[in-house]
Amino acid sequence: METYILLGFVLILSIYLGLELISKVPSTLHTPLMSGANAISGIALVGALSLGSDTQLQEILAFLAVTFASINVFGGYLVTNRMLRMFKKK
Amino acid sequence: MNFIDNISSFQNIIYIFSSILFISGIKMLGKEDTAVRGNFLSALAMLIAVSVTLINIFNPLLIIIGISIGALVGSLIALKVKMTSIPEMVALFNGFGGLATFFIAWSEFNSSIDNSFQYILIMLTVYIGGVTFSGSIIAYGKLSERLKIAKTSIITKLFTTIFYISLVYLFYSAALTEIFIPTFDFFTILLVLTLLGGVGFVLPIGGGDMPVVISLLNSFSGIAAAFAGLLLLNNVLIVAGSLVGASGLILTIIMAKAMNRSIGNILFVGYAASSPSSKSEETGEVKPINVSDAYLILENANSVLVIPGYGMAVAQAQHVVRELGELLESNGTEVKYGIHPVAGRMPGHMNVLLAEANVPYDVLVEPEDVNPMMDTVDVAVVIGANDVVNPSATEEPGSPIYGMPIIEAHNARTVFVLKRSMSSGFAGVQNPLFFKENTRMLFGDAKDSIGGLVSEFKE
Repeated sequence: METYILLGFVLILSIYLGLELISKVPSTLHTPLMSGANAISGIALVGALSLGSDTQLQEILAFLAVTFASINVFGGYLVTNRMLRMFKKK
Repeated sequence: MNFIDNISSFQNIIYIFSSILFISGIKMLGKEDTAVRGNFLSALAMLIAVSVTLINIFNPLLIIIGISIGALVGSLIALKVKMTSIPEMVALFNGFGGLATFFIAWSEFNSSIDNSFQYILIMLTVYIGGVTFSGSIIAYGKLSERLKIAKTSIITKLFTTIFYISLVYLFYSAALTEIFIPTFDFFTILLVLTLLGGVGFVLPIGGGDMPVVISLLNSFSGIAAAFAGLLLLNNVLIVAGSLVGASGLILTIIMAKAMNRSIGNILFVGYAASSPSSKSEETGEVKPINVSDAYLILENANSVLVIPGYGMAVAQAQHVVRELGELLESNGTEVKYGIHPVAGRMPGHMNVLLAEANVPYDVLVEPEDVNPMMDTVDVAVVIGANDVVNPSATEEPGSPIYGMPIIEAHNARTVFVLKRSMSSGFAGVQNPLFFKENTRMLFGDAKDSIGGLVSEFKE
């Protein structure tokens, strides 16, 4: 339980940090921020990689989790980059 | 300390390093000058976190295959997709992230669990991940206009009911874990209810409210990853997931504020139910104008404000709009673009479209900056926008959209409204702007109308 409390603390602090860091985002960046953040949520890939595979079901689930998280990571970063490159100043 | 312990502490130290990169990355992503580098930094953080995790995996072959498929599919979609389909692409990727956490929690249910808290975490992660997935898929269907189910249809009502049932079931099963260990059947019902519930969560939400839903689903995918991190005791999942949760939440709040509605009202009530009795039928005459007359007015204008809306996206008119803007500028006219935060179907939709058409971002202005100087604008050109320029929001306390911050186009000297027909906007509210003394309606497809103006200028 101690570990959970500690990690719960990390969770709360990270959310608070996120709110502080991004509170004044210009509207030009709304879409790229959303898409870039979406790519970050592909961090689930790290979780998927550390799953156990004792049973066949677990093996299948881990494989599916890795695959879909990878689509999220690669697709998310590439599309964000493509979008950001279009934004130009006069 | 044995070998495994060593590896695990090494990984955790690298995870902390990677978390710091994620934090700096997302901070830089929120500023125009550093956004590209910020995205790169966060990709680097991802690469480091994934690489260090790969050190001690059990089943390398399957994982290599999984990552390769993901890399191939993800890159293909990202590089081939048209910029106009960005909203639905973001929804789709978001859904896949949610699906991954759904699978992670499902898999953990089948591993050795030693306390009821873990069961609760598993259920929450399954629920948030699953709703993110099926909700995003419905959002994808709505945004790409493949899915057209009316809010009032029986299917929508059925799924909405399932959504509420799934919520009750979640709390019920979480509470029960104190008493008995959930059986496989019990858990399977949760899996199914979750996926159907996500459908019911997004299905009743209308097109104009999509920016809010997308931001919220974005936030959910992060929260789901953070919960998966708690479950797996993995700090980088918690930090990165929380950052995404926070950024999605901020966007959700910005969008809801731009509509002057609460998040609860958007998700669970919608416009139709909240519209009060006031049905002031607008009287007066609509004054149409043709392209050549519009051209004469534009040619003599000193300053022009273009106000795009979802109609510009539908008509794919952003390129001709840019062309018209350039012709006006070479004619000595000052051209600005007034961008309302909720114009379009996702946060920043208009900004992306105009950027794609090479409109520099420093000529885009936000409502609060452009409204005070509106009386110096000679011509406001409203392209397929409706509710975001509806003066009822400031003038008519009975209107359903009263209080919503708008771009006050009606205060410009002349207003051109480019519109297909006289139908009302998403909110179903009549727009008095169309009947104002200084308004001229340019009926027809936005792309054709603007194209007509462009060729008049070239002659």
